Amino acid sequence: MTTKSVLAAVDDDAAPLTHHQLRELYTLMAAVRHLDTSAVAWQRQGIIPGYAPELGQEAAQVGSGYAVDRTRDFVFPTYREMGVARAMGLDMVGYMSTHKATWHGGMYNPLESRFAPIQAVVAGSVLHAVGWAHGQTLAGHAAGEIGVAMTYFGDGASSQGDVHEAMNFAAVMKAPVVFFIQNNGWAISVPTERQVAGGSVAARAAGYGIPSLQVDGNDVVAVFEATRSAFAHCRAGNGPVVIEAMTYRRGPHSTADDPGRYRTLDEERLDAGDDPLERFKQRLLTEGVADEAFFAEAQRLAEAEEEAVRAGIADLGPRPGAEMFSLVFQEPTPALQSQATAWRKESEHV
Amino acid sequence: MSETMTALPGIETATAGVHQLSMQQALNRALDEILAGNPKTVIFGEDCGRLGGVFRITDGLQAKHGEERVFDTPLAESGILGMSVGLAMAGFHPIPEVQFDGFAYPAINQIVCQIARMNYRSRGTLPMPITLRVPSFGGIRAPEHHGESLESLFAHVPGLKVVSPSTPHDAYHLLKYAATRPDPVIFMEPKSRYWQKGPVDLANALPGKSPHDGDPSSGGSLTGARVAREGRHLTLVAWGAMVARCLQVAELAAEDGIDVEVLDLRWLKPIDAEALATSVGKTRRAVVVHEAPLTSGLGAEVAQLITQSCFATLKAPVERVTGFDVPYPSGDLEDEYIPNIDRILFGIQRVLEYRRG
Repeated sequence: MTTKSVLAAVDDDAAPLTHHQLRELYTLMAAVRHLDTSAVAWQRQGIIPGYAPELGQEAAQVGSGYAVDRTRDFVFPTYREMGVARAMGLDMVGYMSTHKATWHGGMYNPLESRFAPIQAVVAGSVLHAVGWAHGQTLAGHAAGEIGVAMTYFGDGASSQGDVHEAMNFAAVMKAPVVFFIQNNGWAISVPTERQVAGGSVAARAAGYGIPSLQVDGNDVVAVFEATRSAFAHCRAGNGPVVIEAMTYRRGPHSTADDPGRYRTLDEERLDAGDDPLERFKQRLLTEGVADEAFFAEAQRLAEAEEEAVRAGIADLGPRPGAEMFSLVFQEPTPALQSQATAWRKESEHV
Repeated sequence: MSETMTALPGIETATAGVHQLSMQQALNRALDEILAGNPKTVIFGEDCGRLGGVFRITDGLQAKHGEERVFDTPLAESGILGMSVGLAMAGFHPIPEVQFDGFAYPAINQIVCQIARMNYRSRGTLPMPITLRVPSFGGIRAPEHHGESLESLFAHVPGLKVVSPSTPHDAYHLLKYAATRPDPVIFMEPKSRYWQKGPVDLANALPGKSPHDGDPSSGGSLTGARVAREGRHLTLVAWGAMVARCLQVAELAAEDGIDVEVLDLRWLKPIDAEALATSVGKTRRAVVVHEAPLTSGLGAEVAQLITQSCFATLKAPVERVTGFDVPYPSGDLEDEYIPNIDRILFGIQRVLEYRRG
């Protein structure tokens, strides 16, 4: 498919990506692919209790995450944005700690990483992005310097009312927010055609007067360029943008899911299209941007990284139980403090 | 803090000292001072800008503080509360308004799953200093969904704090206090009391007697219950609009020689267990009065706290006089639903006449 842009032309730094950047994008995708497939293996090996794979969505995630400026922008993920986190340079042990069941939301610092805590109420954070983005407007940054919020959600989440409310709020307030939809074809077992009315999620944006574009979510360069344009549009004070990246969830919804109950392997092969990683590799080879030695090195780096992350989460250990009580409030209540005291007395055999 | 401020139209120019204000005026004044005192504070919701709110609590605030500080949102409660989360993440102190209590339900996901949990989820890095103002309870003959008592629901949610003022004075001081806290506070305004005037001591948060002595300027004394009336024979525990009714009941009971203490709980989470123990420890009898339905209501929590601290000296089981386990009824039946003077007197009688075995 081709990317169809309906965005007004924005005088962005729209220079084509350099060879260095193209290789960087590939390195990121290779790291994400390897970490993602490894995380599934970790679950099978009992290292982590569960994981939500993103096999096939590497281009959509890396391409969009690569456009974020961590000095001023903020990303609002759900639970399947590992590739975005990696592209933004998060502490991946901190990220994976959610899947290790160490701490809801992850152990990374959201303020430093500019990546909000992971969460499972998939449309919940879409509104947070609008609030944060409106905060950038209220803070009075000059046009061109304003921080942009990017919120990730899927075709399934687009059915939730909060997405409608968020798009309406953002449009009314001209909030600098990019709604980034990864349409991966499936909301667990329900295919897009049984999920999304109106043709596409991007098509709905017209109802709010929000410019939108549908992009080939398996083409990392197309995704990056679309996201870069959307950020420039927002930063210039033009209000929100909707990007719908058309991709495919090649694996199960989670390690607890059995896609064989709702699609066959033949259907999967037929619908998934080109593997975004392989496709990008062929392009880089054809264009002479990289050679086999580069790809071998990227793979070696990915494997080394995975080993480090695996060791890191193995070393995490459980959190001290007292944190359960001490992190509920900034100012704990007397009742909570007495519950913590009782817990300590009854569970720590001193 | 307030003496140099220009008062809004309709509000007497108030310097330090005691002023007769309605609760609506007291809340309006508090919000005005909060906006003036903290540039990161923003007020928003449906109709709270140009209109000044359907109850006029935000009257004049947009004109005075600007459209960026006080603004109207689209009609969508989840949107209003979800936006509050993002604004708090961006360093603001949101004071969102849900226009009527029943309309908090569409925002429950944002309140319960998001606002209440973000500090925990983020390991304390993303506090939610949000004060959610909810015009609450019944008593104004409003249509369906315009009168509900959600305190148990909110108090049950880990991560939320809940407070309800009963007087203009407390409305003024508790709102100012809540708006400075780093945790989310649900501020339940008894809408049937909006137009009742009472003395507001602007400079002194604690003109009345409190079980706790504290430095009024520290705000610490605003964290507990308040003895609204001292008495010897039994304690009526109430909050919000029911405090005034309990004070009426106490006057009537006094004619029969029954000396009733009225404890205004104020904070519904955290509940001031110490004040309950002190008051009921003295009177040895208690009746909890609330508008919310009986089953799983906050009265059960209060009764348990009293039992825990006063079991040995209690002369009777703690009684409850409450709304009923029915959907909030239409205006014509409202007086049958809300605890009235007679039902509260019957509750008092049950406690006084209780005989063991």
